[in-house]
Amino acid sequence: MREVAVIGVGMTKFGELWDMSLRDLFVEAALSAIKSAGTDSIDSIYVGNMSGGQFVGQEHLGPLMADHLGLGGVPAARVESACASGGMALRSAYLEVASGMSDLVLAAGVEKMNDGADVTGVLATASDQEEEVYYGVTFPGLYAMIARAHMEKYGTTEEDLSWVSVKAHRNGAKNPHAQFRRVMSLEDVMTSSVVAEPLRLLHCSPVTDGAAAILLCPLDRASEFTDKPVKILASGAATSSLTLADRADPADLDVVELSGNRAYEMAGVTSDDIDVAEVHDCFAIAEICCCEALGFVEKGAGKDAAKNGVTDLGGKIPVNVSGGLKSKGHPVGATGIAQAVTVIEQLKGEGGEVQVEGAEIGLAQNMGGSGASSVVHIFQGV
Amino acid sequence: MPSPRYHREIPARYRLEAGKCSDCGKVLYPARKVCPACRSQEMEKVNLSPKGTVVTSTVIHVPPDEFLNEAPYAMAVVETPEGARFMTQVVDCDPATVGPGMELDLEFRLIQKEGNSGILCYGHKGVPA
Repeated sequence: MREVAVIGVGMTKFGELWDMSLRDLFVEAALSAIKSAGTDSIDSIYVGNMSGGQFVGQEHLGPLMADHLGLGGVPAARVESACASGGMALRSAYLEVASGMSDLVLAAGVEKMNDGADVTGVLATASDQEEEVYYGVTFPGLYAMIARAHMEKYGTTEEDLSWVSVKAHRNGAKNPHAQFRRVMSLEDVMTSSVVAEPLRLLHCSPVTDGAAAILLCPLDRASEFTDKPVKILASGAATSSLTLADRADPADLDVVELSGNRAYEMAGVTSDDIDVAEVHDCFAIAEICCCEALGFVEKGAGKDAAKNGVTDLGGKIPVNVSGGLKSKGHPVGATGIAQAVTVIEQLKGEGGEVQVEGAEIGLAQNMGGSGASSVVHIFQGV
Repeated sequence: MPSPRYHREIPARYRLEAGKCSDCGKVLYPARKVCPACRSQEMEKVNLSPKGTVVTSTVIHVPPDEFLNEAPYAMAVVETPEGARFMTQVVDCDPATVGPGMELDLEFRLIQKEGNSGILCYGHKGVPA
């Protein structure tokens, strides 16, 4: 395996982007990544996308996006793993460069969710249609059950969940790309409408349009394209049951622990070595579970992490300095790439108002379904 | 769920038929070809007892369109005495009273209607024991 570096990144604004189509979003982010690397030669493209088919009626995104980038002829395909589609697209691109098959490979994630589709219904296809959706559960409902199991097992409270959202918005208010650039108080969160008990609206990530892109090349060629390459130390992925009922314990996200441990082993680092992390906070409870599963805090201590500042800027391990999925927005297929973009910018010292001083090693964790798939990438500034 | 798919689910949904791994004893509902715990393909058929205990639960306030008239309603992961776990609605009670540890009977009920001219979809729901 060759060592692989990130040589360019790009992303659109996240939000309700009524004037932009699925392809417009993709092209803007991809061109930005390609431009930042100063090249016009791309060998291969992976498109991270959960459900173009259901959101806007468009499949076959590989050739569509290659054509619209002016790169007709280049191999291109869509990668899907529900909300982990972006992370899995990045993994695919990484593997293609690491294998020696190609040199310049683009991984770009995109989702157009605000175009009239039944968003709740489309997202629910990431859970088990026959065993879960059939009986009337929603996606927030599944995470609500994880939250209630966590409360039962570890004593987590609704206030603990709410501090995660407060932290997310405090960070996201400083992120020019974020969908909701505003601070939220604990009271705002705890008085928002109930979606699925115990989760309220402000414990849930929003419906978002957006795209993000990353350009990779072999580390030994990176200096041709950038003064600040960032090395990919590891890619770890894992799967679990789609059904929440078939997990060993619904209070823990085993799939995140498995993917994280694979990434730590490959990188030769531990959770203590991580200086900054973006984790998949599609719901407030998910950030708590992910921080535990990745070893940032002990099992059961995740509930106090946001409240006590452990995961805040200046804390032991700053988590979701971008504002996370909660405040930045969650265009599902783009999220995994956007998380990586944030970590890469941090390692280059380009984190702006939310820069973690001296950050050398960073982690991005992207999850699909109610914890059925997870992919972790670990990066290091060069 | 489209009608052609529905008939395949009838043994599990109507009769609570499950599979039991002959090698490790894990009970799988609905039945599967391969045991996810030990990868054995030796399975026997078992019928689940129509009762269970709530493992975790929620109350859905923002429902899918098919369940619009029922909200707010309780959903739970339940475990039967045989050790099978699955998702079900919990009805005939105040949804706020549903929580981990609650004992349920599983009753045959209408789950949803498939559009205006589609079939009626049945299965089991939990009611307080």
